[in-house]
Amino acid sequence: MRRSTITRAATGAVLALVLTGCGTSSGDDDGGGGGATGSEEQGGFTAPDIEMAESLGDNEGTLSVLAWPGYAEDGSTDKSVDWVTPFEEGTGCQVEVKYFGTSDEAVSLMKSGQYDVVSASGDASLRLIAGGDVAPVNTDLIDNYADVWSFLKDRDWNSVDGQMYGVPHGYGANLLMYNTDEVDPAPTSWSSVFDDAGTYSGKVTSYDSPIYIADAALYLMNTQPDLGIKDPYSLDADQLAAAVDLLKQQREHVGEYWSDYLKETQAFKTGDSVIGTTWQVIANLAQSEGATVEAFLPDEGSTGWSDTWMVSSKTEAPNCAYAWLNHIVSPEANAAVAEWFGEAPANEKACDLTSDGFCESYHAGDEAYAEKIHYWTTPIEQCLDGRTDVTCTTYQDWTQAWTEIKG
Amino acid sequence: MALRAGVLHRRPRLRLGLLLGPPMLWLGVLYLGSLAALFITSLWSVDAFGGNIERIWTLDNYRDLFTIDVYRTITVRTLLIAAAVTIIDAVLAFPVALYMAKVASPRLQRILVIAVLTPLWASYLVKAYAWRGMFASGGPLDAVGLSPGYGLAATVLTLSYLWLPYMILPMYAGLERLPNSLIEASADLGAGTGTTMRRVVLPVLFPAAVAGSIFTFSLTLGDYIAVKIVGGANQMLGNVVYDSFLTGNNLPFAAAVATIPVAAMLVYLTAVRRTGALDSL
Repeated sequence: MRRSTITRAATGAVLALVLTGCGTSSGDDDGGGGGATGSEEQGGFTAPDIEMAESLGDNEGTLSVLAWPGYAEDGSTDKSVDWVTPFEEGTGCQVEVKYFGTSDEAVSLMKSGQYDVVSASGDASLRLIAGGDVAPVNTDLIDNYADVWSFLKDRDWNSVDGQMYGVPHGYGANLLMYNTDEVDPAPTSWSSVFDDAGTYSGKVTSYDSPIYIADAALYLMNTQPDLGIKDPYSLDADQLAAAVDLLKQQREHVGEYWSDYLKETQAFKTGDSVIGTTWQVIANLAQSEGATVEAFLPDEGSTGWSDTWMVSSKTEAPNCAYAWLNHIVSPEANAAVAEWFGEAPANEKACDLTSDGFCESYHAGDEAYAEKIHYWTTPIEQCLDGRTDVTCTTYQDWTQAWTEIKG
Repeated sequence: MALRAGVLHRRPRLRLGLLLGPPMLWLGVLYLGSLAALFITSLWSVDAFGGNIERIWTLDNYRDLFTIDVYRTITVRTLLIAAAVTIIDAVLAFPVALYMAKVASPRLQRILVIAVLTPLWASYLVKAYAWRGMFASGGPLDAVGLSPGYGLAATVLTLSYLWLPYMILPMYAGLERLPNSLIEASADLGAGTGTTMRRVVLPVLFPAAVAGSIFTFSLTLGDYIAVKIVGGANQMLGNVVYDSFLTGNNLPFAAAVATIPVAAMLVYLTAVRRTGALDSL
């Protein structure tokens, strides 16, 4: 008797929930999807119509920042690393920082509308623009924008139709790292982790993200011109299948995939990984901990990231947000971030303030080097390379393919 | 006061309702409700750019689950890992539990219970990373030539270590309820150690082992961290859920994948119920 009452109560509760679920389903269908209505187009890609700030007023007093770890330091990690406090003192905007771990996390957090500014990599920025989560940025209102290297401006991942959606912050390349004791002769090309991965079978490592498919696509772009890949981020179904095949072959020889850099540093220190993709900051860290590793940019180029500070379309503190954008690309702050995080700064004057040899080791401002980098961009249905006769595979397709590759 | 107590006394149904209401609400709304939300979400889809859920009924997620081979491979792998972890834990836990319950002095018994419980106080991550160090090239296991390297074997070992207390404790509790006199009677009647184990200890042990296996099995089914740390390039169901949700921003598909462990546990519990082991818990 008691049991049946309990069962009935539970069933009732579940039913109530199911019904609520159904309710939302019929009521909300045409509410969302800000990407549907738009005014500007770029290769078929439509950006939602969102107002841009025309002038600045008084600072609001608070600012909520969503950032990659290491991009908004207030001295709490290391007393000498602090570019948030000078900003707070200079503008009167009290900063609250929230860190995110992956581009995907950044996108979902920005959807909440709780953050005023975000540091977005190229594989997040287009999604943010299309989702209507960020507003166009009026660069005339940002004094330090003039000093940003011109090859970083008006690019696919930070602008739509010549309209900037943020300020460039810094960039870096995904490098090929190898253990100098174990790997002989020294590698010269990405083929050592693709076609020749078998040489160090079981000790190859790769970046654990669907965006790594672009690395394989870039390799195919150089080695198999028949496939007709023009841009590693715009692959049609056949090209994606070719990249997936290549990665499945590589999978046989991969010891492990890495996503956080402590894991990769440790694997290179112990020798569990001897060759694979990396970032400059990881190479520096591994070397400082005594690992015999070397990292370089192979001649055929590489994928990489170029980060952009963007302003939320729902911000209630636009003036503080613009003040932050101006501050973060100021020579002082930009130099401090670049040195702390380990990437090339975006402001050319920052290189006067960084330590000796820093900008050289990151090839900051070296346009030829920067052109060898294919920056992370979100793959979307409309081919980014301008083809209109096919539809390209989306990041969702890549995510599913990535699961299949790992098997 | 007395009046109110009187009302409660005269109305047993009201009393029962007040007593059971809050926990029922918890169970019904928060626990079963979230499960229901999971199922509903799994019938939706997301738009091409990801992130924005489209609330239109569709079975596409389940179709993908059944038609794309890789998900079957991962499901089978996950179930095998869970089974292996459960068996290893049962084999390891039995002698420990038997010693604790039947051989150790009361003082030693208490110390052993504390010893079994202590690892549960340490962070999961610290323990998993400690095992990563153990399996590393040049690490302690490698030095004696016993490291399997990062991979499925390492994952099974790490998970077996992590969930072992959940198997020892129910077995210990079960065996403790077994009166010593029964074992003595069995010996008096001429049964050898083997027969006593089989006919006296095992029937008591079985429901306890089943209770333990529910923990080890379900905890393994949902795990995705250990395999990331020591599993090399392998992935389990939990990783697919994690990747679909956080990387692909595809909550509906993640929800569809998440129903697999739920279904597996339901099948498992039904099978266990048939054996009658649940009644004697």
